Amino acid sequence: MRLALQTLRAQKLKSGFSLLGVFIGVASLIGAWSIVNGVNRYMTEKFAQTLYGVNTFQLRRRPMFTPNVPDSVWRAWQRRPRIRFSDAEAISAGLTVPVITAWQSSDRVSVSYSSKEARDIDLNAASERYFDIKNLKIAIGRPFTSEENRSGAPVVVLGDAVAKRLFVDRSPLGRNVRIGGVPYRVIGVVERQGSILGFPLDRFVVVPALSPAQNLVNPPGILDAFLIKAHSDPEMREAMSQAEGIMRSRRHLRPKQDNNFVLDTSEGVQQFWAGISRILVIVLPGVVLVSLVIGGIVIMNIMLMAVAERTREIGLRKSLGARRRDVLSQFLAESTAIATVGASFGIIAGILLTIAINTLSPLPASVSPASIFLGVVMGAGVGVVAGVYPASRAARLDPITALRQE
Amino acid sequence: MSTVQLFRTGDTPLPDVIILTHKLTREYDMGSELVRALRGVSVQIRRNEYVAVMGPSGSGKSTLMNLVGCLDTPTSGEYWLNGQKVSDLADDELARIRNKEIGFVFQTFNLLPRADALHNVELPLIYAGLSARNRRAKAAQALERVGLADRMDHKPNELSGGQRQRVAIARALVNEPSILLADEPTGNLDSTTSGEIMAVFAELHHQGQTVVMVTHEQDIAAHAARVVTLRDGIVATDQARAA
Repeated sequence: MRLALQTLRAQKLKSGFSLLGVFIGVASLIGAWSIVNGVNRYMTEKFAQTLYGVNTFQLRRRPMFTPNVPDSVWRAWQRRPRIRFSDAEAISAGLTVPVITAWQSSDRVSVSYSSKEARDIDLNAASERYFDIKNLKIAIGRPFTSEENRSGAPVVVLGDAVAKRLFVDRSPLGRNVRIGGVPYRVIGVVERQGSILGFPLDRFVVVPALSPAQNLVNPPGILDAFLIKAHSDPEMREAMSQAEGIMRSRRHLRPKQDNNFVLDTSEGVQQFWAGISRILVIVLPGVVLVSLVIGGIVIMNIMLMAVAERTREIGLRKSLGARRRDVLSQFLAESTAIATVGASFGIIAGILLTIAINTLSPLPASVSPASIFLGVVMGAGVGVVAGVYPASRAARLDPITALRQE
Repeated sequence: MSTVQLFRTGDTPLPDVIILTHKLTREYDMGSELVRALRGVSVQIRRNEYVAVMGPSGSGKSTLMNLVGCLDTPTSGEYWLNGQKVSDLADDELARIRNKEIGFVFQTFNLLPRADALHNVELPLIYAGLSARNRRAKAAQALERVGLADRMDHKPNELSGGQRQRVAIARALVNEPSILLADEPTGNLDSTTSGEIMAVFAELHHQGQTVVMVTHEQDIAAHAARVVTLRDGIVATDQARAA
């Protein structure tokens, strides 16, 4: 092993080239794995939480997050009865678990102020606890109160992007914006939330659920979603089963009939993401494999050259009593050393790459310890595999011919 | 010279006969042509003899050298080294014999250029499986024997030709082999340095080392006590010299 490292030092340039192959392979492995890993954690910890809230479920006609749904399923969803105010009230009254709840109806609207207009804004007609459930922090002003909610006061809390668009750097508080032709008085602005995987999170407004805009979104008495937040996951599960029972009895469903509503949690999104990341985890190694194979071929070439160049040395070693397996293991150790050193640099580069991705791009990334381990193993493995053929050639050399070689 | 055992196939050499070849032949199949490099060489060399093998190029002396050095196996005939019949041993066993019984000295020294003198001398001991501490001690001792105690940490390119060959001799001696086998040991050296190397050989012989040396130079062969001359793959002359 010491011998192998000496050779490595002595033949810097050539070793450098072969290092590069493994280096790129391992660096890309760790880099790519880190992205998947990071996005994974991001999806489960932040994305889902932002979309749904912690320990929160939503009573809906159909799931909020619906990738790849066939038309037939979609049509079935459309035929389901909608969620009514009275459903929400019945659940609120019936739950024995302590929860906070909010009504929500959503649509895309334009919001204007004098001559300025913000298009494609998410209008949320919601009740006052919506801010708590969604963990929306008020930057300036205040959220609306339950009295304002109940009386349907025309007041609005703006998302950061909407406030910036309509008011630039003036204070929007007390101004009247128009939503669907109805004037709403701005009472607050929510803290900037930034974006998630490139989607802006600040293009929304929140108005009281019973305010005039409700009529823009849904027919009277109809909700899109009833949000229920519990204190803990087990309590949420309990609340879900209670809510399910209440809804089933309200809808007179027989035991064999499926729910014609959903109790939606962030699990759906997480499952969807898990699917994507599974694909990535399958595809990624392919990419990595290609670069490792290339690295292996380079190493094999270098080792073949080394064997050719050091034929005399091999002959000498054999004449001094080196057996085949001594020569074999020497050259294997050399190629493994090259590959392992390459892999080590690759790991360092992969980690640096991860840090760079984290700071320079919106993609979250975090290094997985398993990828480092795998990087080392694969590096060494490539070294062994690529070294076997050259090393066995070296081991088979005839000492007489080898010694005579110039 | 004392009497020589008349060796027949099936016999075992006398205990003090360190090298015995019996009707040794070596043929090379060069495609269309069969080259008979050795055509029945029978030689016996006793412990502590100093023998020079001579002969013009093509006489078969290199082939004999390779067979005696266990680098090659004969087409037919027997070769006994230090009481063991080695002519029909397999590859790895031959490697072990080379390691234990034979010390090679080459014309071109064949030192590892990137390793210092001590490490070069250690090399056979690595394959003998000695511990690092033991190796270093024995290698240092061998270098002292050839007068290079102060050059242990020098790389070959920091040594003169004569010094390099002495490193090679130390390497050949380090495993205390039965025979020191030198192939044109002075071929790459000037005459003064050649003299020094011959003096080293003489001293080793004096200490009891068996030395076999292949050379085509008459005055180098003159240092040996016995000269075997090959011609066309057979022993032409075999004569002892007056010391």
